[in-house]
Amino acid sequence: MEEKAALEGAVSFNKAEQLTMNYTAKRNKRRSNKSWMLLILPALFLFIFMFIPLLQIIKLSITDAGGSFTLAAYLKFFQSSIYLQVIALTFKVAFVVTLLCLLLGYPVAYAMTKCSKRISSLIMIAVMIPFWTSLLVRTYAWMIILQSNGIINNILMGLGLIKEPLQLMNNTTGVYIGMTHILLPYMILSLYPVLSGIDFNYVSAAQNLGANKLLAFLRVYLPLSIQGIAAGSILVFVMGIGYFVTPSLLGGSNDAMISQLIQVQVSKLLNWQFSSAVSIILLAISLVVLYVSKKLMKVDKLW
Amino acid sequence: MIWVIAILIILFLVLPVLIIIPMSFSSSRYIEFPPPGFSAQWYEKFFGSQQWTDSLVTSIQVGIITTVIALLLGILAAEGIHKSDFKGKGILTELFMMPMLVPAIIVGLALYRFEAQNNITGTFAGIVIAHTLLAVPFVIRTVLASLSGLNPNYELAAQNLGANKFKAFIKVTFPIIKPAVFSGGMFAFATSFDEIVVTQFISGIRLATLPKRMWDGLRQQIDPTITAIAAIMIIGITLIMIIANSKEIFSRTYHVKEEVLDETD
Repeated sequence: MEEKAALEGAVSFNKAEQLTMNYTAKRNKRRSNKSWMLLILPALFLFIFMFIPLLQIIKLSITDAGGSFTLAAYLKFFQSSIYLQVIALTFKVAFVVTLLCLLLGYPVAYAMTKCSKRISSLIMIAVMIPFWTSLLVRTYAWMIILQSNGIINNILMGLGLIKEPLQLMNNTTGVYIGMTHILLPYMILSLYPVLSGIDFNYVSAAQNLGANKLLAFLRVYLPLSIQGIAAGSILVFVMGIGYFVTPSLLGGSNDAMISQLIQVQVSKLLNWQFSSAVSIILLAISLVVLYVSKKLMKVDKLW
Repeated sequence: MIWVIAILIILFLVLPVLIIIPMSFSSSRYIEFPPPGFSAQWYEKFFGSQQWTDSLVTSIQVGIITTVIALLLGILAAEGIHKSDFKGKGILTELFMMPMLVPAIIVGLALYRFEAQNNITGTFAGIVIAHTLLAVPFVIRTVLASLSGLNPNYELAAQNLGANKFKAFIKVTFPIIKPAVFSGGMFAFATSFDEIVVTQFISGIRLATLPKRMWDGLRQQIDPTITAIAAIMIIGITLIMIIANSKEIFSRTYHVKEEVLDETD
């Protein structure tokens, strides 16, 4: 009896607290209706240095040398099999890298949820060191590991396993290895919070009801982790589509990704119109992938 | 079994980075593994070269100024988004995140054109503008996550006790969100210090950042001098990670991520 009264008291107290919170929040909103002014300066900065330049690029992509409207650059892109191959390769690389990151990231994130706090924070340090290390430094590390007189070839030839050095970079193999290494921390950091929130009793229950380990994993654990898989995969895939540094340094000259196409067209060929058009195509692809995956997977916030 | 796999993957993550450290002390004139002997030749070469040290100083200066401006703009934006309420606020918030979502090469191309027309390519200001643009979303994200977990009554109480809005923010809100501001600042500095995609367009021959010098050094041939500065950066990062593990930054960096992801539920 007493307990019930205390409980009711607590409930009504909570309600009262909620009401005051609502009230203060409303009053707060009304009072601070000038808060939007705080946004003026950052919005102005964004407008001047992001949107005006972007609009210029859009305009540049649809005007010819004489200044009149043309879609020639876009037609050139979509009518040439070379450029369509660049798009296909970009998607292929982003897809393979996403898959590799998922395959490598999942066991690590899973292991982190299954060990003591101490070990899991040690693993977190191991994930954070490459995460915070300069992208160029990490790509450089892979160059000295993979090149024909690099570490791997040195070791393999020293052991007498191979006679000729393996071609590990200046091709897509190098790009896969480098990009997977660089994007893997993002996957682990997306998976870990979701996996650590899964109640393992569900899996035990499935096993008690006769499922074997694999089946319990596939039917119970994996579906519960889909949020993390979706968030991590979208993040890695979208980052992968626009990747520039690692493919430029580890990839070959014949298999350029779309970002490299943009850079080469401007820096080497000074073809602003075409380069702008390719940029707008890449922008459209990235935004569509983000939008569609958000809608499909119900992932609201990635970054 | 799972442990063996996990350990192998963690080695794949860490070893390629850490291997730079012994390589940087190699006495060989080329990249050679294992290093035939010990020498500090690449460190001498790095610190003996005006070009390299100048670029390091430039990067640190650009990084600090970028961080200050990005924090100012980012905190203003986060507080503005948090406090105000108007139609289209959601879209504006998404737009603020754009520089982080759009592939950097596009931002680079657009800014290159814009800065060339205004004659600021290759200048200190030109580089700081580019880096700030890329860094602000990280500050907004971390600070906004912290602000949305804040009880609004704290600030109201301060105002009832006679503080004006600005004072209430500085005296009450700011100390609470300080860890997020710190971690946002870390992200901002790291973004600037590491930036190459946009910088390779707009950084000139006279004023180059460290990544720009490294980029040029890597494009022509693999210059072993880079192992020295790379090793210094890796040791620096590792020390910060280990020290920070028991302190604020580390838990912030991944708590923030957890909070951001938790909202997806």
